[in-house]
Amino acid sequence: MSYNIAIASGKGGTGKTTVSVSLFQTLRKELGGDVVLVDCDVEEPNDALFFANAKLLHNNEIKQRIPIIHTDKCTFCRKCVEYCEFNAVVVMPSVEFAEVNASLCHSCGACLVACQFDAITETEQLIGQVNHYDTGLIEGKLTVGSAMQTMLVKELKKHIPANKLLVLLDAPPGTSCQVVETVSDADYVILVTEPTPFGLHDLKLMVQLLREIGKPFGVVVNKSGLGNEEVYQFLDDDGIDLLGNIPINKLFASNYAKGDLLNNIPLEIASVVNQFTHKIMLNLGL
Amino acid sequence: MSKTVITSSGNTLTSKFDKRFGRAEFFCLLDEATGQTSFIANEFKDANHGAGTKAAEFMVEQQVNKIISGDFGPKAKELLEKFDVQMVILQEELTIQAIVDRISKK
Repeated sequence: MSYNIAIASGKGGTGKTTVSVSLFQTLRKELGGDVVLVDCDVEEPNDALFFANAKLLHNNEIKQRIPIIHTDKCTFCRKCVEYCEFNAVVVMPSVEFAEVNASLCHSCGACLVACQFDAITETEQLIGQVNHYDTGLIEGKLTVGSAMQTMLVKELKKHIPANKLLVLLDAPPGTSCQVVETVSDADYVILVTEPTPFGLHDLKLMVQLLREIGKPFGVVVNKSGLGNEEVYQFLDDDGIDLLGNIPINKLFASNYAKGDLLNNIPLEIASVVNQFTHKIMLNLGL
Repeated sequence: MSKTVITSSGNTLTSKFDKRFGRAEFFCLLDEATGQTSFIANEFKDANHGAGTKAAEFMVEQQVNKIISGDFGPKAKELLEKFDVQMVILQEELTIQAIVDRISKK
């Protein structure tokens, strides 16, 4: 059984990738190949950018099953329309039109069960791929134009090797379905925020979400020194664990922009990363 | 006979024009020849997914020729175009009556 730690934020650009990649690198020194980093931000995975020498070992194509309605067999009875929870099936008897809208379809197969005239068959549509790198990084990458983020995250999680001690899941920003899917089987969640009103607003949404689904979590404040003190007040009032405080640092930011996040790490930041890494390990009893 | 739909926020002629298509509260059906109007509640307005698609499907089934709304989403637009339903976009704050009057003055 592996421990799953998800890194999420609510607001985008607070430092999920910074924390995920730094945590991964720190843990790799101790655990070696027993830790994997999974980039679940399938719309724009970027963890791989920070491992310039990483080699792609192999990839899996992830496909979605899309029903096709054959109008020569269809009686336009609309039973499939009634079965579809996602309003993806359009059937208009008056003009003898029947079609499935792929961008609304969730591939549940209910319309196939509904149809008694064998008028519906399935075809496959590529929604993305799962890339496996030699550095222990796995990433999901959504096909441009596909809206099946959550389905891809679900499939991505099936490709995580089961024999690892620790799995780090770098979540997409926001609090939508794809984020819920990412954190849903995490044993612990690290929330990354920034001390700005916007950062705090979205942190609160994420805290609400995690409390609702019953996940233990702690908070890393990134870009500390920016904005105001309100986030600390909130954490204090709500009794939320402050895991670490990464100071705002221009050199660190410019290294990140160059893809050089893991080299020349300012000492003050390296020590914070070490600190929260050990705190999390302690929290998990590892 | 020309059947026109105006998206409406209520079910009377004094109601405000609703600029949403798939999530409009009501559809005002107007017979341009006779000036007769009737209102139908939009049963898809709170759908989690595909409200626009369903509303477009309804329009085609009702043999509507023209729809006046604030805008149309891509999925609804594709369907309505396929069946030659004219889409008219209005961005003004108007009552349904004002729009009906404007049409009948033509």
